[in-house]
Amino acid sequence: MSRLVAFAAIQGGYNIVSKVEGKYKRALQTHDASTKVGFPNTAYYLPVIYSLLGLKVETLEDIKKPLDIARKLLPPHVKGAHHLPYLGPLLDAGMAALFAFEIEEAIRYLEDPDFYLHSEEPDMEAGKIWLGAADDTVFRKRGVEFVDGSAPGFAAIVGSAPNPEIAKMIVEEYQRRSLYIFCAANQNGTTVIEQLIEAGVQVGWNTRIVPFGPDISSAIFALGFANRAAMAFGGVQPGDYKKMLKYNKDRIFAFVNALGDVNAEWAAAAAGCVNWGFPTLADTDIPEILPTGICTYEHVVANVSHEDMVQRSVEVRGLKVTVSTIDIPCSFGPAYEGERVRGADLYAQTGGGKTQCTELVKMAEMNEIEDGKVIVQGPDIKEIKQGGTFPLGIYVQVAGREMQADFEPILERQIHHLINYIQGIMHIGQRDISWVRISKAAIEKGFALKDIGVVLHAKFHQDFGKILDKVQVTLMTRKEDVDKLTERARGEYRTRDERVEKMRDEDVETYYSCTLCQSFAPTHVCTVSPERTGLCGAYNWMDCKASFEINPTGPNQPIEKGECLDPKMGQWKGVNDFIKKASRGAIDHYNFYSMVQAPMTTCGCCECIAAMLPQCNGVMTVNRDYIGETPCGMKFTTLAGVMGGGASSPGFVGHSKFNVTQGKFIVGDGGLLRMVWMPKSLKEEIKDRLIKRGTAMGYPNLYDMIADETVGTTEEEILPWLKEKGHPALNMESLVG
Amino acid sequence: MSEVKAKVEKEAKVADPVAASIDPATQQMLRRAQELGIDTVFDRAVSLKPCNIGIQGICCKNCAMGPCRLPLPKSGIEGEDTRKGLCGATPNTIAARNFARMVAAGAAAHSDHGRSVAEVFLSVARKENKDYTIKDPEKLLAIAPHYGVATTVEVDGETRDRDFDEIALELAEVALGEWGKPEGQLLNLKRAPQPLYERWNKMGECPRNIDREIVDIMHRTHMGVDQDYKNIIKQCTRASLADGWGGSMIATDLQDVMFGTPYPLQSEANLGIMKEDHVNIIIHGHEPILSEMIVAAAQSKEMIDYAKTIGAKGIQLGGICCTGNEILQRHGVPPAGTFLQQELAIVTGACDAMVVDVQCVFQNLANVAKCFHTKLVTTHPMARMEQDNVIHIEFDEHHAMDDAKRIVKMAIDNFKNRGAEVMIPKQKATQIAGFSVESIKYHLGGSFRGDYFTLNDNIINGRIRGIAGVVGCNNARTRHNEAHIILVKELIKNDVIVLTTGCNGIACAMEGLLTPETAGVFCGPGLAEVCETVGIPPVLHLGSCVDNSRILLAATEVVKAGGLGKDIQDLPAAGAAPEWMSEKAISIGQYFVASGVYTLFGVSLPVTGAPVFQNYLFNELEKIYGGKWDLAVDPLEMAAKMIAHIDKKRKALGIDKARERVLMDMADRQKLETA
Repeated sequence: MSRLVAFAAIQGGYNIVSKVEGKYKRALQTHDASTKVGFPNTAYYLPVIYSLLGLKVETLEDIKKPLDIARKLLPPHVKGAHHLPYLGPLLDAGMAALFAFEIEEAIRYLEDPDFYLHSEEPDMEAGKIWLGAADDTVFRKRGVEFVDGSAPGFAAIVGSAPNPEIAKMIVEEYQRRSLYIFCAANQNGTTVIEQLIEAGVQVGWNTRIVPFGPDISSAIFALGFANRAAMAFGGVQPGDYKKMLKYNKDRIFAFVNALGDVNAEWAAAAAGCVNWGFPTLADTDIPEILPTGICTYEHVVANVSHEDMVQRSVEVRGLKVTVSTIDIPCSFGPAYEGERVRGADLYAQTGGGKTQCTELVKMAEMNEIEDGKVIVQGPDIKEIKQGGTFPLGIYVQVAGREMQADFEPILERQIHHLINYIQGIMHIGQRDISWVRISKAAIEKGFALKDIGVVLHAKFHQDFGKILDKVQVTLMTRKEDVDKLTERARGEYRTRDERVEKMRDEDVETYYSCTLCQSFAPTHVCTVSPERTGLCGAYNWMDCKASFEINPTGPNQPIEKGECLDPKMGQWKGVNDFIKKASRGAIDHYNFYSMVQAPMTTCGCCECIAAMLPQCNGVMTVNRDYIGETPCGMKFTTLAGVMGGGASSPGFVGHSKFNVTQGKFIVGDGGLLRMVWMPKSLKEEIKDRLIKRGTAMGYPNLYDMIADETVGTTEEEILPWLKEKGHPALNMESLVG
Repeated sequence: MSEVKAKVEKEAKVADPVAASIDPATQQMLRRAQELGIDTVFDRAVSLKPCNIGIQGICCKNCAMGPCRLPLPKSGIEGEDTRKGLCGATPNTIAARNFARMVAAGAAAHSDHGRSVAEVFLSVARKENKDYTIKDPEKLLAIAPHYGVATTVEVDGETRDRDFDEIALELAEVALGEWGKPEGQLLNLKRAPQPLYERWNKMGECPRNIDREIVDIMHRTHMGVDQDYKNIIKQCTRASLADGWGGSMIATDLQDVMFGTPYPLQSEANLGIMKEDHVNIIIHGHEPILSEMIVAAAQSKEMIDYAKTIGAKGIQLGGICCTGNEILQRHGVPPAGTFLQQELAIVTGACDAMVVDVQCVFQNLANVAKCFHTKLVTTHPMARMEQDNVIHIEFDEHHAMDDAKRIVKMAIDNFKNRGAEVMIPKQKATQIAGFSVESIKYHLGGSFRGDYFTLNDNIINGRIRGIAGVVGCNNARTRHNEAHIILVKELIKNDVIVLTTGCNGIACAMEGLLTPETAGVFCGPGLAEVCETVGIPPVLHLGSCVDNSRILLAATEVVKAGGLGKDIQDLPAAGAAPEWMSEKAISIGQYFVASGVYTLFGVSLPVTGAPVFQNYLFNELEKIYGGKWDLAVDPLEMAAKMIAHIDKKRKALGIDKARERVLMDMADRQKLETA
């Protein structure tokens, strides 16, 4: 009975808009109209309003316009008999409610700035469990997971389950399917988040369970997240509401679970979400809307049992998700990757400076190893007392007809996240500086060291089945074994690094494309060469090569680079032909080695963005973790907003952190010697390589000549400092040409 | 003996009310008329039989050597058909020429209506008219590009909004030019799906200007000109397109601009809308130019107060035919009845004035009015009546409000002249009307997601089987409204959503089919569910007969929304005029066929006397246009044929099987086309 839904939602729309109008009026009485309003650290203003209406709300005064629009959207009430059509009015009322919610939250940020904790994790001690709007740093970091598919979508849960056990069951089911769980609103004062905390579930961005807020209005943060993804990665222009909502319907696999009684305000919010193509599934007996059209399948589904909620939700949204079924006692999946094992939860640990923990993957002959065999050499975890430390060597041997030594480091790099995927186990670092923390909860469930082997064996087969046939894992816990492995491993690392570092673009005839992001950024296509790793930092040339071998029709395709059109700027005919096709004609050429002339495109998930600083005759770069101002006048998030979505933007280029010290980094514009500013944290992170590369370019003290935010965040501030240091960029030919 | 026989014959000359109409209000008024000795169209249909030869379409009276009548023997013709007129014209030529002249008359009627609207619009754009305004500036801006009128200007390399008055003026001039421009082709043709337009263009069938195509038909069908029925039909296409995608479409466009684009509203229908204690004014005819003003005048405080001074409680307006539909769609003024009920509105004795303009107005209205106090007012310079009780108040759009007030005042003054014989039937039904291409789009998803895709998706998933356009007149040769209602009910029962215009719309309203509640009663489960979701009736009233152009544009929107082919002919859709009678219907039928729609007519078609020509219309045209003509007298047979056609199209689209639920994984998402 859609009529009842329409009746309720339109009623709800009126209530919400009127309430927010009242709040706005009161806010204007206590604050000046020019008072700044907004969500923390975002370049997208109030993102739902900005993305759909194209309006930038920056001050209290700016709120008037969207609030008036919300009021105007409210349709006439639905009459009992012989009513007028209501689907359009219903959706409009929902949208009005959502605009009002976003304004309500903006007013809350103004009047009660400490209501939300600006963090990725709740502060349990301080009782601060609500995180509010995701800032752009979080959104970009997490957005990438939506882009690359490691997070297939999100479930927005409003209300609360009948008890904490059911809340935990539902949420863990979503975690197992790698979905994000965005939580908002309460049911008679109880929230899912509080239930989860009570049930001992870790909440926060790191476990993909996001406590937005305790009121229904905070559900707007989920939509703001989705719309920013469309703008940042999909290149959808603010104000292009048709495209925005269509993008969400087609590409963002989200839905709403309404737990508990659905009141008029919830109905309005649900109706609003239907505009996005996000359906609502409820555990109560509400009127259903089953025909398709606005959503891909059903719009409102009622009476869903808690046991079926997760499966039914993904089906209704038309989403295919796989649950990893790996035979270990703990849950397993990407949702647990960010989970922490804190001091109080810790059972035992290895590495992290206390003991040695080393990982090594080596190729083996087919007859040399036994597939699936996991050997634990030395005492297992049960024999280590609580709070103890132990050394660990993780030695993985891999054999297969398609296996190559070049793939060893790729497989080895998987160990980090694969171990992290185990619920209750935390993994930090890689190679010989690994650190594994095992929680009490994991031990209680029966975790043993061999489970690490089980996971690596299963996942290597699952993800790399094309190149390997056998996997054998040896876990060493005796110091002498680990030391021996470590010594051998260090030799291997050295050889590998040298091989990779020595690789030059000129040495290969084939580059690789990466269109992994095209589900989000349809016109974007990366090209990865040995000296230009993927701008997301996740893929180098070797990875792409391996990925192609594993999945020949996948997102990484070989590109015969063909005739070199411009050796200085790095342009090849074969590459141009390819990108023209892969970008569906949107881009017909770009340069690998220039940020000034026809630079490579960016999807929006780049690790760093370099920008020209014309006064300094140099360039700066900023990584996405740095939220401060920069000398180009834009924060990272603004920069990313300007150039994301697959555009080639002269004067800017996205790149990985590693790429900064690669030999071909903007070499067409003068190379690394142009670098005059970068955030201190980034500078320190790549300090060793910076010094090395600077030395190679004739400036051993280049590191000390690059300004950071402690020197200044405007060109005027840093220029005298650069002059004083004698920065080489100042004497190079003019960058603008 | 002879006396008895004479009596039987006399009795046989009046209609049996129940056999004449399915509508109780009509039956009641017909009985009353018969009691009062007033003859109506129903009685005349009993006493006057149609011409047996004319009905076959093979009577040629185009020159004074004839009329030549070439009836087809009941047993048909075996072997060669040797029938010919004095000049040698074959039955095919004769039937095709007659058919073409019907197209010309129909296209002329619609298009001349459009011309009047365009002329008023020009006076508005020139600011020469104080009574009419532009009520829907958004629609003006939306249609301007179709007429090649720019809505923006370049100033110093910057794109700015163009002055609104300037746009309106250019639009008015361009629109009016469509009737007589010396070269080029009609601009609105390009609003059709591209493959359709290209087909017309390739075949050389794009109309050059509206008037010329009608003149062309009159010339070509003169004695001794075009004597190839296929070539004549080509010109029928050209003239009919000049109607549907020309005159009618311009009429709809500019009426919406001046009077507002219809949005859903609630109203009622049937004779029961007349009120004994109100001044009743019935507006009948086709153009909204005058009726818009009458509505405004009748709603003015001045007139309402005046009505009260003479003892009436207010002013009740009611419509008949398409003028009724125009003011229903935009103002919720209820229709008092269909075409066949026009005399009966006067028979109530409560009709204080009936105001008529053009088309479908019975001359007998004057005779009926003479029996009552009713003032019959003709208003159009080209539409007068010979009877002396008819008052002619020529409507001049430059003094529109004054004229309208004069008419309303005359009706009010006439209230006191009513006799004791007032009898208004109780029957009236609620209806939700006011659909348009724009409002349907809005209601399929609101301000942000409004899109015909919602409809398409439910056609693809099979909840809705297809779309039917059911339109057209009443015809006293069949039981009033019966075929309309049986056909429409059968279609919605089979999950076919119905778009209606004209007297079919009024008939459906009278039957209560234009309410959302109907869906749960008469529809198949799929259509019922969609209607419930959107809150719409299963039959959507799109307005008057010129508003058939809305059906063309709605079909185009459906094509554009995707998933159902590239052309109108690909759609699971069909059209019908089950009770047609007017030449306009033939023009409409031809432009629907030429736009790719399978179009069925009821009653009879004047082509049956020329089997070869009939076969050309009923079969061969499908190869040329994708659409074709057909005849089905039985409405259930008509429905079955429409549904079979819809199913054929569904199969061709590959949507004849249940759609699977596709669950998308990452790889599927990466394959998504650029949004």
